[in-house]
Amino acid sequence: MESGVRELSYADALREALIEEMRRDPRVIVFGEDVAVYSIFKVTKGLIDEFGPERVRDTPISEAAIAGAAIGAALMGLRPVAEIMYMDFMTLAMDMLVTHAAKLRFYSGGQVKLPLVIRTQYSLGRAHAAQHSQVLIACFLQSPGIKIVAPATPRDAKGLLKSAIRDDDPVIFVEAASLYRMRGEVPEGEYLTPIGKCDVKREGEDVTLIGISRTVPLCLEAAKILKEKGVDVEVIDLMTIQPIDYDTIVKSLEKTHRLVIAEDSVKTGGVSSEISAYVTEYHFHSLKAPIIRVNSPPMPVPFSPPLEQEYMVDVRKIVKAVEKVVSY
Amino acid sequence: MQLGGEASLPEEEITKKYSVGAVKIVDEFPIESYRELGLDDSDLLRMFEVMLRIRRFEEAVERLFIVEGKLIGPCHLYLGQEAVATGVIYALHPDDPIISTHRNHGHGVARGVPFKDLMAELFGKATGTCRGLGGSMHAALSLRHSIPVATAIVGSGIPIACGIGLGIRYLGLKKVATVFFGDGAVNTGAFNEGLNLAAVWRLPVLFVCENNYYALSTPFYKACAGESIAARAASYGVRSYLIPDANDVLAVYSTAKEAVEYIREGNGPVFIECRAYRKKGHGVYDTGFYRPREEVEFWMKKDPIERFSLKLKSLGLVTDDEIKNIDDRIQQELKKAIEEAESDPVLEFNDLWSYVYVSGEARYGEWR
Repeated sequence: MESGVRELSYADALREALIEEMRRDPRVIVFGEDVAVYSIFKVTKGLIDEFGPERVRDTPISEAAIAGAAIGAALMGLRPVAEIMYMDFMTLAMDMLVTHAAKLRFYSGGQVKLPLVIRTQYSLGRAHAAQHSQVLIACFLQSPGIKIVAPATPRDAKGLLKSAIRDDDPVIFVEAASLYRMRGEVPEGEYLTPIGKCDVKREGEDVTLIGISRTVPLCLEAAKILKEKGVDVEVIDLMTIQPIDYDTIVKSLEKTHRLVIAEDSVKTGGVSSEISAYVTEYHFHSLKAPIIRVNSPPMPVPFSPPLEQEYMVDVRKIVKAVEKVVSY
Repeated sequence: MQLGGEASLPEEEITKKYSVGAVKIVDEFPIESYRELGLDDSDLLRMFEVMLRIRRFEEAVERLFIVEGKLIGPCHLYLGQEAVATGVIYALHPDDPIISTHRNHGHGVARGVPFKDLMAELFGKATGTCRGLGGSMHAALSLRHSIPVATAIVGSGIPIACGIGLGIRYLGLKKVATVFFGDGAVNTGAFNEGLNLAAVWRLPVLFVCENNYYALSTPFYKACAGESIAARAASYGVRSYLIPDANDVLAVYSTAKEAVEYIREGNGPVFIECRAYRKKGHGVYDTGFYRPREEVEFWMKKDPIERFSLKLKSLGLVTDDEIKNIDDRIQQELKKAIEEAESDPVLEFNDLWSYVYVSGEARYGEWR
């Protein structure tokens, strides 16, 4: 381990980001359902002890009011970090997010800005069944004006959350519950991970493999297996889902000419669909094989744990897809 | 200072006397007592002028849509409700934030947004309040007039107002956030979520329900359970007023003044239900054919501007000639605003990218 680096869990890295930003900027406040005392994923646990009940608040179960209050607080110059406990509950705040947060700056002719963060998580893979496992990221691609980020490592979780809090645009910050306990290297001291940039997590020559959130470690695992089979995979962590950093993706494609995208969402109308369409439309000449998307099938998430596992993206499915584009 | 309700002892939970919040009913204000409200003659004349400015502005807008065909898109006139915007906004400081609605021109005029800025917005011009990106339903959104939101989604301003109230409280400001909404808004989830949050966090928010008796074509009595909307608010433990005849600008002003003082002292939110009939249809193209004629005639006799001018004349505060002078001045200003707005430029399409994100990262590929 390099000096000035220690190991932290993804949840603790997020918590550290919140603590640092709240210490740095008194305008940062945190609220949401059960964030102050309970904190089901421990990300906001204990913040109230240091920052007090004015800055760390439990809200009623009122997702529209949580998101609306974030908008209002941001209009007053605060930097609210509001939590929507499960990504599934985002639908209850959809008007506030899609019709207000994404558009207010635009339709006001640039008069206002909304420096707010909505933190949320998806629990796919944790046997939470159809209503507590959805990945509703792609629907926000229809809402330019909102930024979406989804970190896959503790290091990026911390750096991206700090950037999100400092960003002057509304940011939906998507965490994966299955990653909360994942440990990884996190530098000591101040650093920011830029929003709007992908991260090449592994360089390779033969295939570009894009992962998002939980699928990034799966992609890295798949790359190891494929290396042994003689396939050199470049793994890109998308990190910012809106706006997408196509420069990095295209640069990689101009080297590998092959693209696989692994994403936790149903296959229809996903982020991977968007990337595929973009690449095909604007960079068709760079491709030597069809793009393959590795997603879940278009059906609700089943509860039964073995069925849920089968439903989800896994290393085997990713390896299979890469082999297919290589042998095309 | 900790916000929110306090826990009671377990025993008190079963022994305490439960009560349902009461609504204060506000009668017509006796105009001769206006000095008791801290108003002088010039205040009354100013209120009259503001109401007339709204009236003339909206008449001009209606003409531009219906007669001249120069404006298109949805547009909701404030005709008939002038006393509400005027009375409430007169009770506020100029930097108290206002969250307005799709029916917002009246709020903008009452707050002092220039005719020209509003007109240019209606014409979709770069010189409009929102640079022509908002149109009629957002025209009053003017940050320099402390109107940071004018929303066209019914009820949606309510939770946002809570956040503004939270910000005010957190920053230790002495401001009051005022959110306007119609009777249609009170059956949305946002109403319940927002009102509850404001009550439980004791936020400095003034809720002004403009009950104009119709949500588009659906009458209030068919859509809203309960005798009054104010009673619903009272059930959240929010201090609540009902002004059955909110065509009386001084009834509105006196109530708003009391409410604003109460909120500014840190007592939490106040709700005012103002009943003021919508003179016209829901939108500018709607004739309002679904409303019984007797009902319309009854309310037309309550016209807020006519009534107020009669009262002012009876007090000897204004003459017909003076009213005509005020009116002429307003009409001149309007005429000039329309002419200028018409000839102003529209934004370049490529400029739009810079309004999507503050960081200007909206471009997508090579846009063709």
